[in-house]
Parts: sequence; structure tokens; C-alpha cells
Amino acid sequence: MAIPAIKIENVHKHFGDFHALKGLDLTVNQGEFFGLLGPNGAGKSTLINILAGLLRPSEGNVSVMGHDVVTDYQAARMALGVVPQELVFDPFFNVREMLRFQAGYFGRGKENDAWVDEVIESLGLTDKAHTNMRRLSGGMKRRALIAQALAHKPPVIVLDEPTAGVDVELRQLMWGFIRRLNQEGHTVILTTHYLEEAEELCSRVAMMKQGEVVALDTTANLLNKFPSKNLCLKLSASNMPASLSSMVKHQDGQTYVLTLTELSQVEFALSELRKANAVIEDMQLNEADLEDVFLSLVGGA
Amino acid sequence: MSLINAQTRGVYTLFKKEVLRFWRVAFQTIASPMITALLYLLIFSHVLAGRVQVYDNVAYTAFLIPGLIMMSLLQNSFANTSSSLVQSKVMGNIVFVLLTPLTYLQFFIAFLAGAVVRGFVVGFSIYLVAIFFVDLPIMHIGWVLVFALLGSALLGTFGIIAGIWAERFDQMAAFQNFVIMPLTFLSGVFYSIHSLPPIWQTISHFNPFFYMIDGFRYGFFGQGDISPWVSLGVVLTFLVLLVALSLKMLKSGYKLRG
Repeated sequence: MAIPAIKIENVHKHFGDFHALKGLDLTVNQGEFFGLLGPNGAGKSTLINILAGLLRPSEGNVSVMGHDVVTDYQAARMALGVVPQELVFDPFFNVREMLRFQAGYFGRGKENDAWVDEVIESLGLTDKAHTNMRRLSGGMKRRALIAQALAHKPPVIVLDEPTAGVDVELRQLMWGFIRRLNQEGHTVILTTHYLEEAEELCSRVAMMKQGEVVALDTTANLLNKFPSKNLCLKLSASNMPASLSSMVKHQDGQTYVLTLTELSQVEFALSELRKANAVIEDMQLNEADLEDVFLSLVGGA
Repeated sequence: MSLINAQTRGVYTLFKKEVLRFWRVAFQTIASPMITALLYLLIFSHVLAGRVQVYDNVAYTAFLIPGLIMMSLLQNSFANTSSSLVQSKVMGNIVFVLLTPLTYLQFFIAFLAGAVVRGFVVGFSIYLVAIFFVDLPIMHIGWVLVFALLGSALLGTFGIIAGIWAERFDQMAAFQNFVIMPLTFLSGVFYSIHSLPPIWQTISHFNPFFYMIDGFRYGFFGQGDISPWVSLGVVLTFLVLLVALSLKMLKSGYKLRG
């Protein structure tokens, strides 16, 4: 069997009295597009920092492409490209210089320049290649940050909430490129708050809560495990009958979203509305999304 | 075979980045300390020339120049590592180096070499300008280079320690003002410690800056307050201690890795 891209075994992390990670086990296989979801404080970033060698685990083992991140850290970091969450940059250099430096730290020389140029082009940075990092807009800095993580062409790419505050255009461009890298064999691990993003991109998802993995499965299985549907109703000037109020998940003016655990409830809902003489202006029936799964597992945290 | 291969390119790249970092702002990092040193030279030589005679056959202005060169070299070596580290910690971009396979020893070597280059560039620039105005002999070029190298290495290492320790710019400024500046000014840059009252002479002997400046000056004039071999021993001892401390900090990941 192939070496897993990431192997996390019984990892604990303590910060003083705070138990940030409570015995985590997780394996990500090569070539996967893996999602790591969870509310703030769930331990996602702590886990990523341990992977990257910025933090040391209090207990347990973590390896990247078979290389332990503590005992064999050079090989482990060689295999890993991490896009940090914060928008950090070096104010002294331009984009191309920074990327060449970054590749150079990993021992890559001129032979790597073509790849650096490809990254620059694919992320739409060509016009900015000679611009000082300080003069880039927020969105452009974000692109440069992603490019820096990719500069040494790592087989495993970790993106820690890369789309926070990123406009739609950049999101499309970025995901197009990351998807291509994934198809070419790179393993991608993504943490995100945008559940629709994880749903669209990730083949497998882990959901974390308070330092533990509360769900780990393929995205399709997770969605099937919670076979609920959402009934979206727009009523004209009448209220939702009390008999249906327990099913209301969300209300926005006259638009209601009802959670149904089975399809037969549609009939019930419609008859109750008829009894109440409610007039339906619009109606939609949707499959549940990861957000529903997420909320039912993680609760209102 | 080229010296730069896949194994050495990492440390070489970090060194190159450290050098380019100060070179990009050369006005601030090279020209500014040069002007400061030359202003000192102008003022002190104007005020004191003819009144102070430290060594026979050595004009005060000539006596002053090695001290000023060494002072600038030391301060700038310290500034290079300390400000680079504090800045990248405050900005957060230190993470780009921490994510790489560079070992703590490679990290140390690259930063230190950057500091030595900065110290030499500043020191040599001051020398080049000064010899236009003053007749300055070099009796023992070997001692000059040894103390320039050890001095910049010592302060570069000290800068690494300060840069790792400090979390904010004001902490670094305090370090500069309360440690580096007093040690420089009380080291015999502007005078021979033999001209001091006995108590201050004794205190000066505990100041490592005194030995670096005295040994460096010996290289120019062939005379000093103490033997250059004693100075060499003291400076090497301090260097070993500070290198050991900074490597210990880097190895443990103190304030850099949690």
C-alpha cells in the first residue's frame, strides 16, 4: 500500500492547561483533496502548525509522506507546502524574488525557475511579478502567499483558510489551479469556513470540534448519513402555522426554510399550510448540504 | 564542482536574502552610519586634536578612526541580525523560513554571515572616506581583519539573541539604548582607558567592546592599552559563550516554534 500523504497518530497538544488536541488520529492518502472543517478553536490551525513544524506535538506522531515531522523534519518539510492563514509578506522584495528565495530555501535552483513562472502565471500574478510585495493589494498578496507555498513544488499542499476575505474571481482562479495540481497528483488539504467550498472540492472531509474529530468520511457518505432535505417556502403575508414551527430552520422575512427528515413531510407541511389558508408564492426542495451535517454534528458552537 | 548545490543552496539563499535586505535600503544601512561616524570624526578631531595625545607619533585624529570604524562595524552587525529578526517576527514573514528544511545551524550561519558582511561594508566604507583626510597606517593587517571578523561575528550573534528574545520594536530599541550604546561609548572609542580614573579603568576591563576596539587599533598602530593576544582570548571567549547561547535558543525553538 502506498505511503499516506499525512499520517496523524494519537496527537495531543497542550498549551498550559488548555488541551487543544485530544488524541487525534487521521490519515490522508496521496492524491486526495481533503477537507478539514470545524468552528474557530476546534484545533484545525494547531494541527496544521504541527504538520508544518511550527508547533511540536505534546504527544503522538505526525508524518508527511512517511517522514516524521519531528525526527525527520527536513524530508517532511520538503514534501509540504503550507499557505498560512495570516496575510504575511516580506516588504523588501518583489513577487518573483520572493518565490525564487522560497524555492532556494528548499534547495531548488535555476532548474526550478520555469515552475516558478508557471505558478506566477497560473495565479494571475504575471503583471505583478516585479512589484514589491508591499505595493500589492490584499487579493494579490493572497495570491503571492499561495505561490510561495507552491514554489518548491511540494507533493502535499496545505491551505489554511485560503479564501477568507477573497473575492469570487480570485476564488475561481485559485480553485481552478489547485484542482489542476490535485489532478496531477498533488495531495491537497484544505481548512475552510465555507462549507459549500469543501462540498464542491473535497472528496473526503473531517469535522473537528474542541480538539477531536467528530466525523470523518467521504463527502457523499456524510451527506447521505443525514438524509434531510430543505423545503424553502415563500409565503405571501401569512405566518407559518404553529404546527410547523418546530421544523423551521431559518427565517428571512416571508421566506422560511424547513428541515424535513423524510419526503412524506412535504405532504404534511402543505396540508398544514392549506388549513391555515397560507398562500405559497414560491417553493423549492433542496438536498441537505454540508452545512446541515456540520451544524447537526458540531451543534451551535 | 560548484559550491552551491542542493545541500548548500538553502543556507546560501538565506544569506543572500539577508545581504540584499540591507543592500536594498543602503541609504539607511550603510550611508547613514557612515555619515554619523564622519560627523564624530569632524567634531572630536576639531575639538580635541592637539589637546589629547594618546600614543607617541599618533595624531589624535588618526587614533580616533579605528575606534570609529570598529564602533560602526559592531553596531551595524548587531543591527543587521536583530532588526531582520524582529521585523520578520512582527510582520509574521519569519514563517517562510520556519517552514523550510533549513536546520537551526544553517539559520544561524546565514544570519551571522549577513551581519558580518554588513559590518565589513560599513567599516570599510568609513575607512575609505577617512583615509582621504587622515594619514592612517596599517601595521598589522592580520590583527585588523581578525578583530573585524570576530567583532562583527560577536555582535551579529548578540543581535540574533536579542532578535529572538524581543517581540516588539520598542524592546529592541531598549536593547540598543541600554546595552549596546553604553558598552560602545565606555569602551575607548574616543580615548585610551589609561586616561581614565582607576575605578573606570577597572570597569572598562569587564567590557568586551574595549578588547575588540583595542585589538583592532593595535592592528593599525602596533600599540594598544593591552596585548592583542589578551584581547583575542577575551573576544573569543565571549564569542563562544554567545554562539553557544544563541544555538541553544535556536535549537529549542525558543519564541520561534511552540
